[in-house]
Amino acid sequence: MLIYILKRLVYVTPVAFGVSLVCFLLVHLAPGDALSAVLPADATQETINEMKAAYGFDKPLPVQYLIWLWHVLHGDLGTSIATGRPVLGEVTRAVINSLILASVATVIGFTFGTLFGFVAGYHRNSVADRAASALSVFGVSVPHYWLGMVLVIVFSATLGWLPPTGAGPDGSGNWRPDFDHLRYLILPAVTMSVIPTGIIARTVRALVADILAQDFVEALRAKGMDEFGVFKHVVRNAAPTALAIMGLQLGYLLGGSILVETVFAWPGTGFLLNAAIFQRDLPLLQGSILVLAMFFVVLNLLVDVMQTALDPRIERA
Amino acid sequence: MTAPITAASMALDGGVLSAGDAAPEAAFVPSRGFWGHVGHRLVRDPVAMGAGALILLVVLIAILAPWITPMDPYKGSMLRRLKHVGDATYWLGSDELGRDMISRLMLGARLSLFIGVTPVLIAFVIGSAIGILAGYVGGWLNTILMRTIDVFFAFPSVLLAIALSGALGAGIFNSIVSLTCVFVPQIARVAESVTTGIRKRDYIDAAKLSGASPLTIMRVQVLGNVVGPIFVYATSLISVSMILASGLSFLGLGVRPPEPEWGLMLNTLRTAIYANPVVAALPGVCIFIVSIAFNLFSDGLRAAMEIRQ
Repeated sequence: MLIYILKRLVYVTPVAFGVSLVCFLLVHLAPGDALSAVLPADATQETINEMKAAYGFDKPLPVQYLIWLWHVLHGDLGTSIATGRPVLGEVTRAVINSLILASVATVIGFTFGTLFGFVAGYHRNSVADRAASALSVFGVSVPHYWLGMVLVIVFSATLGWLPPTGAGPDGSGNWRPDFDHLRYLILPAVTMSVIPTGIIARTVRALVADILAQDFVEALRAKGMDEFGVFKHVVRNAAPTALAIMGLQLGYLLGGSILVETVFAWPGTGFLLNAAIFQRDLPLLQGSILVLAMFFVVLNLLVDVMQTALDPRIERA
Repeated sequence: MTAPITAASMALDGGVLSAGDAAPEAAFVPSRGFWGHVGHRLVRDPVAMGAGALILLVVLIAILAPWITPMDPYKGSMLRRLKHVGDATYWLGSDELGRDMISRLMLGARLSLFIGVTPVLIAFVIGSAIGILAGYVGGWLNTILMRTIDVFFAFPSVLLAIALSGALGAGIFNSIVSLTCVFVPQIARVAESVTTGIRKRDYIDAAKLSGASPLTIMRVQVLGNVVGPIFVYATSLISVSMILASGLSFLGLGVRPPEPEWGLMLNTLRTAIYANPVVAALPGVCIFIVSIAFNLFSDGLRAAMEIRQ
């Protein structure tokens, strides 16, 4: 097992370097340069040069990359051009808020997804199966930013049950686990949970149907095991894959929450990215994307390791 | 994430006939050919046909929009803002600047389809080329290409699309470029796995022995046998692409006003959700319907191609 983990780590390292390179190059894709947004239009060449030297933009690209990487490895993601505060602090606060939202959405998605998936897998071609299939097509086809708007229209604008935007009653940027804040979490979390619900339902349905068709299930039943006993075996066999999909979905939600967070003005990474893009705050953009992508890489690694640990059939070569 | 496996197994089990396969010895029956069979099965799938008809209708509306819109989609009137659905003049109401909704939705189909479908088409060409090259040549070239592609898989699609178009700046062209970059790695991975699956087949060896150059083999033998599964996978991406493309416009990163585009319209109408919620939600309904149609059609196509001999 340890060897397997080490092998995965060796494999992940070049990917992580590649990710850092892409994040670094993003800033240089941008038209104009990173400073054009903050410098006044009539800045003298002298000022421009001074600023370039201060941010290190006067050195050749590969050197800039190595310097940047060195700082990143020491936990320094640079300084936000717009606010002048360290990028790491801003990103950390936002990641925590996004993580809360994405985790709750994943839990909702996993609960309903496995529920529908099991019902559909057990009763192939029944009404429940068709409903589950329809639900999963709905989940992957719905533009979630629009679904968010519709939920706001129904539950906030029309019924007035839930707050439309923000993370809490005081308008602060931090979510706390109490009833008042919980009300702000419901709509964005439900909106985001639709995609994982659909995907997990589809996967679990196929898994359960496959497992039920296998010989060992027949053997268990022939031995006289009751349905609940068989069910436990099905769960044991489906769990590694289902949990792996859940882990990946958490990563997708965390990285893909920008649209939903924008609809609900949720103070997470999506909101931060949005601000970074429109203020052309490139260090902040670079830093947030790097943190999110690395999070995704690590999550993938954890999912792989967990799946191997749970499922003895996967070779640990 | 099971798509590459399905696509690969389709090429292996799907019985894609090639010129190199031996002719059946039974009495000659005029065959429909592989695509003929697929078409025949697709026509008998009511869901896929319904979805296909809907897509065709939207495409027709998009093409004909400049001539068939009931009113000028750009001309607004502050006096007639946010009319409700069912209004005598504005059948589907009017937007926040008093422009006719149905005309804007019709014309909006043009840009929404264009920015949603184009990236998949371009990525289909580039991704297939990369994947086939990596899969057929193998060795170090495969390692370099596929490990580079792994890097792009480290980004969730939405994040990569937004990061790229955020860095490149707003605009239709940039949004298409960003989305193409999102889909190239995904298509390349499928193309590579399908190609690797067939490169050891006898008909490839036969072509080699007959003296065909690697380029000819890739173009004739390989492409002919892998293009189907890759195409099906690409069609399954159109729905995601449409949602993402409109999403970029929704964020202000794609199409710019006053051009009508569903995602952008959804964004500008957000201010109207209290005054006229139904009209505000309409552009999203369009994205949703087209996206579902593409998903159902792609599912039908996939099912039709899984022909067991």
